[in-house]
Amino acid sequence: MTQDQWTTVADVASAVCLLGGAFLAFAAGVGALRFPDLLARMHAGTKPQVLGLALVLIGLALRLRSGGAVWALVLVAVFQMLTAPVAAHMVGRAGYRTGKVRSDLLVVDELTSDQARAQVRDQGRPDDDDPRD
Amino acid sequence: MIAVVWVCGILVTVGAVLAVVRAEKGPSMLDRTVALDIVVTAMIVAVALYGAVERRTDVVPVLVVLSLVGFVGSVTVARFAAVEPEGEGRVRTREEIAAAEAERMAAEDEAEGSRRTGRREGEDEHHGGGAEGEVRG
Repeated sequence: MTQDQWTTVADVASAVCLLGGAFLAFAAGVGALRFPDLLARMHAGTKPQVLGLALVLIGLALRLRSGGAVWALVLVAVFQMLTAPVAAHMVGRAGYRTGKVRSDLLVVDELTSDQARAQVRDQGRPDDDDPRD
Repeated sequence: MIAVVWVCGILVTVGAVLAVVRAEKGPSMLDRTVALDIVVTAMIVAVALYGAVERRTDVVPVLVVLSLVGFVGSVTVARFAAVEPEGEGRVRTREEIAAAEAERMAAEDEAEGSRRTGRREGEDEHHGGGAEGEVRG
């Protein structure tokens, strides 16, 4: 194929990727508005954070086609994939501890049963100073 | 390409607006954090879209910064999330604020009084403990 054809292919692929990323951002908005509790909203919010962002960055890289910028985009994607789980873990933990999780909507809740078992096991022992930290 | 850009722009904008509506409705601080995270992601998508349309490489550092800011924001709010009593999310009326203020002043006066008597008796001064409303247990 000629150079022109390759350029067209890259542009079309980039357009498809950008559309996919934008659709996931839209889906996150709808999910955040309509879902019933914190965990469900977090689930909706993670769609554009990882897959959507990756699609958009691939689309942008296909359109820019220059070495330095593409490496910076890889950096953005890697950074987002490192930080999104940490942020989600913090938010989910805080939500659980402050009672924002609706247990009637959960299929499996291993944390509550584990905590109950740990409490039974620890009974009789002197209460440790905040074991979290 | 122009049609694609318009469709993408509309999708991202509507998604961000819906997330802002959720941030306004709450009901809790964490829901708002999640919603604002989505807004930040929509901003990243929008900036990337702009860079793709104009073929500008100078927007890439903006993407790096935005992904950093979103992370720091949600982690900070989650760290200070507290148990909110029912009805905490609304704006208080003037009378309620006045009543709470008067109560606080009375409590402060009392604390001051007891501190003075305590010092006279030679008690140790004690320094404050953890933050009030911190996530526990």
